Amino acid sequence: MSSNKKKKLTPVQQQYQQLEKNKETKRPVLANSIKAFLIGGFICLIGQTIQTAYIYYFDFNEQTAGNPTVATLIFISMLLTGFGVYDRIAQFAGAGSAVPVTGFGNAVISAAIEHRSEGFVLGVGGNMFKLAGSVILFGVFSAFVIALIKSILIQWGGF
Amino acid sequence: MLRGHRTWEFENKPVIISSATVGGPFEANGKIADDFDLLHEDLWLGQDSYEKAHQVLLEQACERAIEKSGVPKDNIQFLIAGDLINQITPSSFASRTLSFPYLGIFGACSTSMEGLALGAFIVNGHGAKYLLTGTASHNAAVEKQFRYPTEYGGQKPPTAQWTVTGSGAALLCGEGMGPRVTSATIGRVIDMGMSDPFNMGGAMAPAAVDTLEAHFKERQIDPSYYDLIVTGDLGKIGHDVSKELLKKHGIELSEEIYQDCGLMLYTDDQPVLSGASGCASSATVVYGHLLNRMKAGELKRILVVATGALLSPITFQQNETIPCIAHAVSIEYGGGY
Repeated sequence: MSSNKKKKLTPVQQQYQQLEKNKETKRPVLANSIKAFLIGGFICLIGQTIQTAYIYYFDFNEQTAGNPTVATLIFISMLLTGFGVYDRIAQFAGAGSAVPVTGFGNAVISAAIEHRSEGFVLGVGGNMFKLAGSVILFGVFSAFVIALIKSILIQWGGF
Repeated sequence: MLRGHRTWEFENKPVIISSATVGGPFEANGKIADDFDLLHEDLWLGQDSYEKAHQVLLEQACERAIEKSGVPKDNIQFLIAGDLINQITPSSFASRTLSFPYLGIFGACSTSMEGLALGAFIVNGHGAKYLLTGTASHNAAVEKQFRYPTEYGGQKPPTAQWTVTGSGAALLCGEGMGPRVTSATIGRVIDMGMSDPFNMGGAMAPAAVDTLEAHFKERQIDPSYYDLIVTGDLGKIGHDVSKELLKKHGIELSEEIYQDCGLMLYTDDQPVLSGASGCASSATVVYGHLLNRMKAGELKRILVVATGALLSPITFQQNETIPCIAHAVSIEYGGGY
């Protein structure tokens, strides 16, 4: 909580929040980080295996194998979400399953499943990117800003 | 009738002539599965949306309560019900099916006791002969309303709680056999500036303490008057905090007599984090488990303090704090009245 917000609290509220904080079960940050590291790494390992397989068995090279690899991972995450497994993995893995592309897939697919009962257009279509929409928006926007900085540096810096 | 500022004592002591509870698959694996009248294996309840399943939960609890009482359906005058979904549609839609004159209420998870208090008040004042009150919550429908999609993989903190899939209903009558509603204390809205929607217990605890204090003071009784005092859905953290607060205010309650419905529903190995929550948390535990224990003679006097967090998904996104409320109702059975 920001210190700005804290200021608006009455002394009674502050006192209570202090008491409540002491009783609160804390997020096990260290354990969560280790789990996230391991599961996240494991997902990347699967991705790497898939990519290598595409290069080895199909006509892909290191640059072009990226797209089918991502598509395969999203497909797997879609199945796991549909079978109701992904959210259980996520409760254990935290950021480990949220940060890789599978987490993005899960955000899209879970919203689509959730709003199926409201129909295909307003339900699935309208809500599919409810969670993932901001990832796309800010992802594209930050890519734009970085590209802009890079272009300016190249233009002016001359490298 | 009115005692003090906000406590009603019901001199006619309305009787809960029957009650019924319905639960979902998760509740069927819980600690008090035997106390449910009906348990569903399927979260969908054979419906094509969770919202419809939510509605069916309430319908079934109401129908089962009526069936158990043996009172003809036409004799029931009013239904007081509410839930957590936008515009309380599951309750209103269930009332469309049941076709009783209907009063819809919203008290978030305190709805069960808000309904029982109002119902008892009406029956006590001869406003109705038979009055039905109930509430329901459905895990997937409520999570969809307040949080992320059910299958979304967001890690929940240890302070989060699990919304109960279930429903409880009670049929009140001015006379008859059964546990009696003796008093009710209406809660004030308390806001301690808590703003984390994943820590409802911590936000609601002060509301429960405020209502409890008022109840003891206005009825001029000692907490030891009750065999059991239960809060609605404070969960582990809220329960601990409320105990600490009560102690600070000079009310010491032992672990045997002060409990929380949110900690009574599930076994320790079920992944519910801090405990159960939702309208059905207090409704299923009180209208099923606790009334059964009263009828078995284990408990004579209980006080139920149902707690509710009066937030909406929009208010917490707008960084508003969480206002909370708690309503207390005392139920007594056998002797002493």
